[in-house]
Amino acid sequence: MLHLTYLIILLPLVGFAVQVLFGRRLGDPAAGAVATIFVGASFIVSVGVFFKLLTVHGAVRSFTQNLWTWIPVGGMQIHAGLYVDPLSMTMVLFVTGISALIHLYSIGYMKGDRDYPKFFLYLNLFVASMLILVLGNNLLVTYVGWEGVGTCSYLLVAFWFTRETAAVAGKKAFIYNRIGDAGFIAAAFLTFDKVGSLDYSVIFANVGKIGNANITAICLLLMVGVAAKSAQIPLFPWLADAMEGPTPVSALIHAATMVTAGVYLLCRVNPLLHASPDAAWIVALIGAATAFVAATIACAQNDIKKVLAYSTVSQLGYMVLAIGAGAYEAAIFLMVAHAFFKGLLFLGSGSVIHGLHDEQDLKRMGNLRVYMPVTFVTFGIGWLAIAGVPPLSGFWAKGDVLENAWAAHPALWVVGIFTALLTAYYMSRLTGLAFFGQDRWKNKVAIDADADADADMPDAHHAGGPIPEPHESKWVMTVPLIVLAVLAAAGGVMAFVTPHLSLARWVDPVFSGSLYDDHETTSTIWKLSTLDAVVAVIGVFIGLRLWITRADRPKLEWAFLRHSWYFNEIFDAIIGRPGARLAQFSSTVIEDKVIDGAVDGTGMLVRRTGMALRRVQTGYVRNYALWIVVGIVALFGFMLTRMWWA
Amino acid sequence: MSTTPFPFLTVLVLIPAVGAAVVALIPRQRVAGWTHEAVGIAVSLVTLAVAVTVLVRFKTHFAGYQFISDHIWAKSLGIHWSLGMDGISLFLVMMAAILFPLTLLGARAKRDPRSFVAWVLLLEAACLGSFVSLDLILFFLFFELTLVPTYFIIGGWGYARRGYAAIKFFIYTFAGSAFLLVGMVAVAFLHQSQTGVLTFELPALMHTHLSGTAGVLLFVAFTAAFAVKAPIFPFHTWSPVAYTEAPTAGSVLLASVMAKLGTYGIIRFDLNLFPQATRTLTPVLLTLAVIGILYGAVVACAQRDLKRLVAFSSLAQLGFIVLGTFALTSQGLTGAVIQMVNHGLIIAALFLVIGWLYERRKSWQANELKGLQWSAPVMAGVFTVVMLASIGVPGLNGFIGEFLILSGTFIVHRWWAVAATFGIIIAALYLLWAYQQVFHGEPTERDKTTRDLAWSERLIIAPLIILIVFLGVYPKPVLDRITPSVNQLIAHVDQATHTHQPPVATGQSASTAASGSDSGSTPGAGGAR
Repeated sequence: MLHLTYLIILLPLVGFAVQVLFGRRLGDPAAGAVATIFVGASFIVSVGVFFKLLTVHGAVRSFTQNLWTWIPVGGMQIHAGLYVDPLSMTMVLFVTGISALIHLYSIGYMKGDRDYPKFFLYLNLFVASMLILVLGNNLLVTYVGWEGVGTCSYLLVAFWFTRETAAVAGKKAFIYNRIGDAGFIAAAFLTFDKVGSLDYSVIFANVGKIGNANITAICLLLMVGVAAKSAQIPLFPWLADAMEGPTPVSALIHAATMVTAGVYLLCRVNPLLHASPDAAWIVALIGAATAFVAATIACAQNDIKKVLAYSTVSQLGYMVLAIGAGAYEAAIFLMVAHAFFKGLLFLGSGSVIHGLHDEQDLKRMGNLRVYMPVTFVTFGIGWLAIAGVPPLSGFWAKGDVLENAWAAHPALWVVGIFTALLTAYYMSRLTGLAFFGQDRWKNKVAIDADADADADMPDAHHAGGPIPEPHESKWVMTVPLIVLAVLAAAGGVMAFVTPHLSLARWVDPVFSGSLYDDHETTSTIWKLSTLDAVVAVIGVFIGLRLWITRADRPKLEWAFLRHSWYFNEIFDAIIGRPGARLAQFSSTVIEDKVIDGAVDGTGMLVRRTGMALRRVQTGYVRNYALWIVVGIVALFGFMLTRMWWA
Repeated sequence: MSTTPFPFLTVLVLIPAVGAAVVALIPRQRVAGWTHEAVGIAVSLVTLAVAVTVLVRFKTHFAGYQFISDHIWAKSLGIHWSLGMDGISLFLVMMAAILFPLTLLGARAKRDPRSFVAWVLLLEAACLGSFVSLDLILFFLFFELTLVPTYFIIGGWGYARRGYAAIKFFIYTFAGSAFLLVGMVAVAFLHQSQTGVLTFELPALMHTHLSGTAGVLLFVAFTAAFAVKAPIFPFHTWSPVAYTEAPTAGSVLLASVMAKLGTYGIIRFDLNLFPQATRTLTPVLLTLAVIGILYGAVVACAQRDLKRLVAFSSLAQLGFIVLGTFALTSQGLTGAVIQMVNHGLIIAALFLVIGWLYERRKSWQANELKGLQWSAPVMAGVFTVVMLASIGVPGLNGFIGEFLILSGTFIVHRWWAVAATFGIIIAALYLLWAYQQVFHGEPTERDKTTRDLAWSERLIIAPLIILIVFLGVYPKPVLDRITPSVNQLIAHVDQATHTHQPPVATGQSASTAASGSDSGSTPGAGGAR
């Protein structure tokens, strides 16, 4: 079974090829069904490989599969190789599983779209790329997946390409990620320079020879990649814009899978990170800062998807914080739990948007629990899970991260717990506005008349008029909701099924055994956990209390937060506009006037000389040019001859 | 020295040359209008068949020249008809042999197909001849011969400012070549003064002893010609106007094949003849390469004209090739060679698609086109793949060369490589901008009625797309044939300059020290299979 690992990637890739060749003929809904089947098959193979891996015994359960030699030049021998171990297997399982569910959901969500087959074409390619990313056995194969998912993200964000905002957002996502890619690839260069190989096994066997400064440099360069892919400060602004993509894309790529690639990468290279405490500290600080900043922004957004997007950024910050604190297991736990509840929340929001005929403005929703009961119940579970209310999965996962933050440094914990309060608050604000309160969608004009805030929101299709009565979605959309709701609710069992079967025990061997200890006494853990639960409940209470009664509280929605701490504006001012000016200057002045001016000027000089010598010459400009050249050449030749006879 | 019974390379060069003469001699009135084109395509396909035969018979792990033809041509002057091929020229020949028939098929002349086809075939002969010449004078003749058909193709079938473009191209490149001729003669005379033998054959001349200054001056003379031809920053200003004003066929062939004559010339002649000077001037060339990469990309960002945009992107790409060349490591130089092929395929596809776009809309101004993905999804898809290859997305061919070049440079000239890495970010900027302008957005009525690629056009572009994907996924067959020749060349340079390769380039680093942990072992602790 283990040697079938390649099938996990090949199946969605074949699905992609089928869509390229026959997608248009298959049409709606066959194309979607075919795509779903291929991803589902990939999930089944993954489960098979997983159970086989469970029977393998040893310090680390693992399996390497070399498929072919990819780039062999001199001392550089790079193989297209796959590596299965508990870490990559965990990723593969949740990636294929959630992908299959979201494919199924998309069959309903994308129904009637003009480019229906193309959507599934991209989606299959994305799944294949993501699996290459997690299964690669060397940095470069991982990089293939890394750029592959970025490319698919670009294609899918800009999927509704006739919308200018979608086109711009897709490009923005690609370029931010490209910055990260440059960091990643530079890390690969440095690694190759110091180790002579990019295979993880060889790199980790040689950690001692790389040198501390170099290890720190490699980690920080990789962190640039992580900051872009997993939307950390300062490279996070692309993720909110990426919400221009269809909602299943937001759920799959921009919540559950792709954005966790950075977290996965840091886990993968844990021996390097372990060897560089400096880098680990910076990672932890970036994570904590991101978690906090994004949570504050999420408190003031009116677009339902943007709230969720910033919430994702914030949760990713938690994961990165956990990694910086050396708690890889906690990061993975939160990653998996987050994939469940955030995937669920996005799909739920998609159901809402669908039910409200493409309305995304929270201020135009309200009281939807009456009209969309399945969506409400499932969404509600996701809401309480992310808020950290026990005994749902989010409580356990976030608790794990916070305990480790406490152990690393109490200051990190303070930021973490305050962020947890904000999380419970903004999610309750969202839920209150969407599912409770009055039926604001019946109103003629949006309550929120603040044009400033709406400037960056996608066009509401119903600006002005009332929205037709919402409706519950079809089974293809509600079944994935229900499955994810069950997982989001019960995901906490991963932490403590049996001592033998817990997630932490399963992935622990990957992390060299020595990294994760129970830092704290049982009583401390109990105290911290109780505090987590209390904070969550307080946050939920405040959020609901404030936002069920009124949808309009400008004092709680500062412009500073609505504009995402002005990160976009800052980037534009320090990079965007100067860059554009530099390009213009280079093109119109340096290129046209200086460099080309010198060339044409030489030509002019020749022409003038020609005019002056017209009486004794034929008058053809070309001839003069040639004579000048001949002169230069003769001079040059003279110099040379002088030299070798001298 | 191995001799082949059948003179493959001579045939390879003569077929298109004879074909050009035949096409020119077929009278215009007596035959059907398509006859000249059909003959031309047939000739180029036969040439391709010969090239494929050569590829199949090529000995993979042999570093030296193969398929040698060596005949005395002008005895008193020491000029030989000396042809040979190694791993460095093999795939350039293949690329040219593939692109010429595709160009004849995909970028046909609007008028007077007879002259057009004849010129294109003559150009093919000249390009192939340049890639396989081992005699300096022979190379020079082929190298200069490329100018004539190109001049007439631009001037005869080009767009509004074709006259200016053709003259500028001709004079600029011709001026560069003059230095080359003097340099070649000087090298031969120096060799004669040392050995008493007058010859222009490269294998003999590469052991000429040159003083430091003489070497540098000669290197500069040779490189002047190659730098203009490639073009390398700052000798590039003929290229945007020439690429823009040339007809599609001219743009394709100029950018994909002829540009490589410059970079090929550097690798074949500069490195072989002037290893000392190559080392001395490496910092200069690396700097020009990096400036070219960044400058080309930045200027490309300001272009609104698709052809100009591609022209500047080409400047950046050629910067990468020069960078890899002067890294003088196995990875860097191999990367430079394969990138020449990759860039040729990519830019040919780009110019073909832009040419087809022009046929439909009579414009390549980005702001006059919008939302074409609506009506032309296949064209958009093709453009997307080619664009991603050009940006260097792994899995497509552009990445292989770029990665090898940058990693091969990083191990010896770290900061140049780091600076060049910024170029890959900017590359995404302008190409995605162009795509967004042309294919994204709300289409107007005119955009909505723009035709998608016809089946014939899809069949023409398909081989390029297949190669772009194949070379990205499985470049091993190509790399295996390039690397031995590259390593031999680097050994020649190293030996002449008493330098050594860094251990990672030859695989003698930690990876061999850690050979105990083979690919089957696991990170962290020991593992089970």
